[in-house]
Amino acid sequence: MLDKSCVHYFIQNDKHLVVDGNSAAVHVVDELAYELIKSIDENDNLHSIDKLRGFINKNPKFAEVGDEVLELIEANLLFSENLLTDIPRQESVVKALCLNVAHDCDLRCKYCFASTGDFGGARGLMPLEIAKEAVDFLIVNSGNRKQLDIDFFGGEPLLNWDVVKETVYYGLEQGALHGKTFRFTITTNGIGLKPEMDDFINEHMYNVVLSLDGRKEINDKVRQTVNNHGSVYEVVVPKFQRLVEKRGDKSYFVRGTFTSYNLDFTEDVLHLSDLGFKEISVEPVVTDPSEPYAIKEEHLTEVLAEYDRLADIYLERLKSSKPFNFYHFNVELTNGPCIYKRLLGCGAGHEYLAVAPNGDLYPCHQFVGDEEFKLGTIGQGVLNEDLPNEFKDNHVLNSEICNKCWAKFYCSGGCKKNNLEYAGKLTTPNELYCSTEKKRLECSFYIKASLC
Amino acid sequence: MKSKHIKTLTNLGLKQTVITGGCGECQTSCQSACKTSCTVGNQACEK
Repeated sequence: MLDKSCVHYFIQNDKHLVVDGNSAAVHVVDELAYELIKSIDENDNLHSIDKLRGFINKNPKFAEVGDEVLELIEANLLFSENLLTDIPRQESVVKALCLNVAHDCDLRCKYCFASTGDFGGARGLMPLEIAKEAVDFLIVNSGNRKQLDIDFFGGEPLLNWDVVKETVYYGLEQGALHGKTFRFTITTNGIGLKPEMDDFINEHMYNVVLSLDGRKEINDKVRQTVNNHGSVYEVVVPKFQRLVEKRGDKSYFVRGTFTSYNLDFTEDVLHLSDLGFKEISVEPVVTDPSEPYAIKEEHLTEVLAEYDRLADIYLERLKSSKPFNFYHFNVELTNGPCIYKRLLGCGAGHEYLAVAPNGDLYPCHQFVGDEEFKLGTIGQGVLNEDLPNEFKDNHVLNSEICNKCWAKFYCSGGCKKNNLEYAGKLTTPNELYCSTEKKRLECSFYIKASLC
Repeated sequence: MKSKHIKTLTNLGLKQTVITGGCGECQTSCQSACKTSCTVGNQACEK
């Protein structure tokens, strides 16, 4: 039987592309192959290989291309059945922690999911003892995993800089003792960034995420100081340029948010590129639809068209003297993750946990402060034994919507917190997210096809 | 057979990774907007 539920085909500029969702195969095809594949998909009678052979025999123009299509079908790379069922459940080990080292911030960004840094609670900093306990917790709970991730997050982690530094030193020391390697990441708004911090970050942080939305007027409209005095853009841009210039080849991202105020976000991506940044991520705000800056259904057409525009310009820039990397157009088509990783997704609630400044454990940074989702404490460990399994079992194959989606093994179901807020269920995806994610994947496949 | 009309961009062999995968050494892929790790499909296997 031909499974047509997860096949997606689309034309972008001069490229015809076909995605087989069940196998995650992506094909670039010519017009004739596209016509045949579309005919198969639209013709309910063509539900088996025998029927398809008969159809091809009756249409001589498809004789040659038909052989190629049949070969892909027989190799389970087109109209393939969902063969990836009953995947064994993996043992749970914690391999990543998000340390909310500061529930405070020196900015008051309008769209902040963390309630401008305090996560809806008291403002405060994580004591070093809690941070060290978190390192110990991760080592003890990581089983045989060697590579462990720690994100310094907030709020603004630079407000608790000494604890960041001491935690890194402690992690390096303990990692060496226990055969573990830590990959540290820090996310900062840059306000308090000093040259000596650059050097430490560049030496010890595997990745650094620098928050900046793009053009000055766009950035400063939503990213504001506590007293709304002065330009955040003017303060942070030189600091980020200084850090990146010294960073060499190590990973970083300048990360922006676009809102309904800048649906022409391509201009912001290009502005960041023109500032000299080569690693860029700009993505839609996630917020309550009642907020004036929210991206809503009515904006979707414009947002999707803007990704197409960005893809065209991105390709031009890749071939020019000013190439840059746009994070959401990255896709790994030959050495991608295994099926387990694709089902685990972010790993929130079992592989990846967040630690509040007082040591409380949550499924991820998005849940911090939500008592319903408190898992335990860094001292006592995970006390709620049901929640981790609930997160683990809520993967794309167990979601009615995701399981029928061609993008399932690339997207892995999106952010579970967003799902929960949108539909009240971990496994029911946010339609706005789905639409933008599918568009970004289409652009990514198109870009790959254009470069091969 | 040499393909004239179709070029496959992927070589993922997901079915095979049921047996070979699962080492877990890859980086965590937070998918929330604020962490810039939106998809899993952009990561390379680290095995």
